[in-house]
Amino acid sequence: MVEIVPSRNDRSLRSLVDLEHGLVSREIYVNEEIYQQELEQVFGRAWLFIGHESQIPNPGDFVQSRMGEEHVLLVRDRKNQIHVFLNTCRHRGMKVCRYDDGNTLLFTCTFHGWSYDTDGRLVGVPNFDNAYHRELDKSAWGLHEVAQMTNYYGSIWATWDPKAPRFEDYLGVWGPSVRRSFEGSDGSDNGLELFNPVQKWRLPTNWKFPGFSFLGDHAHGATTHRSTTVAAYGPQGEANGGDRHGMGERWPSTEEEFAVPELGHSGHGRLYEKPGVGPYVNTWQTVPGVDDYYREMHAKKAQKYDGQYLHGASGCVFPNVICGGTRILVWHPQGVGMTESWRLYTVDRGAPKLVKDAVRRYAMRYCGPGGMTEADDMENWNYAYPASLGMMARRLPYNFQNGVGHAHTDDRVPGITLNYRIGEENQRARLKRWVEFMEAGSWDELFPVKK
Amino acid sequence: MAVDTQAALEQLLLLHEIERFLYREAELLDERRFSEWIELIADDIHYHVPQRRNVKFGEQARENSDPESEISWFDEGKATLAGRVRQINTGLHWAEEPLSRVCHMVSNVELLAVEGDEVKVKSRFLVYRNRLQDEVDLFVGKREDTLRRDAETGWKIAKRTVILDQNVLLAKNITVFF
Repeated sequence: MVEIVPSRNDRSLRSLVDLEHGLVSREIYVNEEIYQQELEQVFGRAWLFIGHESQIPNPGDFVQSRMGEEHVLLVRDRKNQIHVFLNTCRHRGMKVCRYDDGNTLLFTCTFHGWSYDTDGRLVGVPNFDNAYHRELDKSAWGLHEVAQMTNYYGSIWATWDPKAPRFEDYLGVWGPSVRRSFEGSDGSDNGLELFNPVQKWRLPTNWKFPGFSFLGDHAHGATTHRSTTVAAYGPQGEANGGDRHGMGERWPSTEEEFAVPELGHSGHGRLYEKPGVGPYVNTWQTVPGVDDYYREMHAKKAQKYDGQYLHGASGCVFPNVICGGTRILVWHPQGVGMTESWRLYTVDRGAPKLVKDAVRRYAMRYCGPGGMTEADDMENWNYAYPASLGMMARRLPYNFQNGVGHAHTDDRVPGITLNYRIGEENQRARLKRWVEFMEAGSWDELFPVKK
Repeated sequence: MAVDTQAALEQLLLLHEIERFLYREAELLDERRFSEWIELIADDIHYHVPQRRNVKFGEQARENSDPESEISWFDEGKATLAGRVRQINTGLHWAEEPLSRVCHMVSNVELLAVEGDEVKVKSRFLVYRNRLQDEVDLFVGKREDTLRRDAETGWKIAKRTVILDQNVLLAKNITVFF
């Protein structure tokens, strides 16, 4: 393990991340220079999650979002086209919009009054005639737009890098899993809507603690969440003895970590023994009627996927998004030792109010800063950071050895690396891709992936 | 005149009684007597802490998230609040183990309405959380409570809406009761 901190000119970080032996220098979580490099090399290049089309259903609708540390606007223009703009006036940098969401004809800067149409065009400049002598080329000073944007089954993603591959290629074999994260419980594409507003809160830790461990760290559950289990709270409340899982017969399966190390994506779920969709498992016994709805939707899904092999995993899209299971988590960097956590909750678009209410209330008591379960995650992610900061502490590598050498593959899920469900395969996959992003000079070195 | 004075005195005594109740509640929370605190909660309580939006002038009606259809910091009943108390009392709830030092300051208590055995009360709060060595959070805002007369506890809290004056929550979690 080399303890030298690389300079900005030397992008080599390989010596700090030894995945073969499961040793990772703490520097990559706590070092300010590495963090600054991350903002450019990772967040300046990767496809990032922006939001969901249901947040902006009507022309003129907008909602705030972020890409790394930067604030962007997700906008549906008056011709119904979706855009992602950097939220900064081209004149002197003021935010052109400070509302969380809403509907507008124009974004008018409150500093000097430059105004922009919802498609980003600069349309109004005070004193254009008498002070600018009509010489300002307004067409060159519109809102700065992302290089690429895509609407992936209702979810909106964008990148600043024009050389990034298409989003479908960025996801690779992980694509179907992400697609299914945005389908309704009946298996219909783009079947979800988002509950408003987004939950946003500050978590004093490096973004990779939550970002790389969420759905990649099933070793934490029994310890971190012991109190939730003891206090008996899940969707079914006390009806199931506090067990957070559902009741009913599942298809034979093994629970695995699913990783795509060459792309950095990963997830967690079940590897079923046979194709199709297994029987419905009751999970909402305490709210009458909700299981009835989901059972019916499940039957439709089973029909759609009859005979097709499906794995049950959902999870992380590199670098900082986790989607699936009625929630989308985004961990925005906010300085090397601070994360702005965003949580978005989803539900079937056509679900009756009874179901929407049950899903919403469960989300609020389970997830986020007020969630009984996740409140404890925050404590651990928080204090792992300062305890890694010291001169001595930094010399000790983190141990990522859980499951090293025990990865396997299965013909049913080609291209996916599997490992025992309580392992660290997913975290190693994210770290592997992270090093490649940090060292690469451009997308030419990142894609197509070198085998 | 005498009648007015009598009415004013009754109002004052009622307000005083309510203030005493709210201070006692704060005392139970700050002394970590959560199992006694939960006894002050009515079985049908709606405990709601909406999120706060930055909205255009004139759109203040949608500033606070709607408990009927939107996401809030908390939107729950007694069963969940009691679950939270049980969770703290396990001694395994790491976010509150060791327990935080919490101080509830309650002020600006105003009686808004008296309806049968229920009163509507508005107050301001400042909740200070100091945790482990140097962690500090301040939660400041307004509360609107419906209190119901109760033979055993004097009053029970039948509804509580907590207007927390933050947009992005500046704390990593909320493990305090408001």
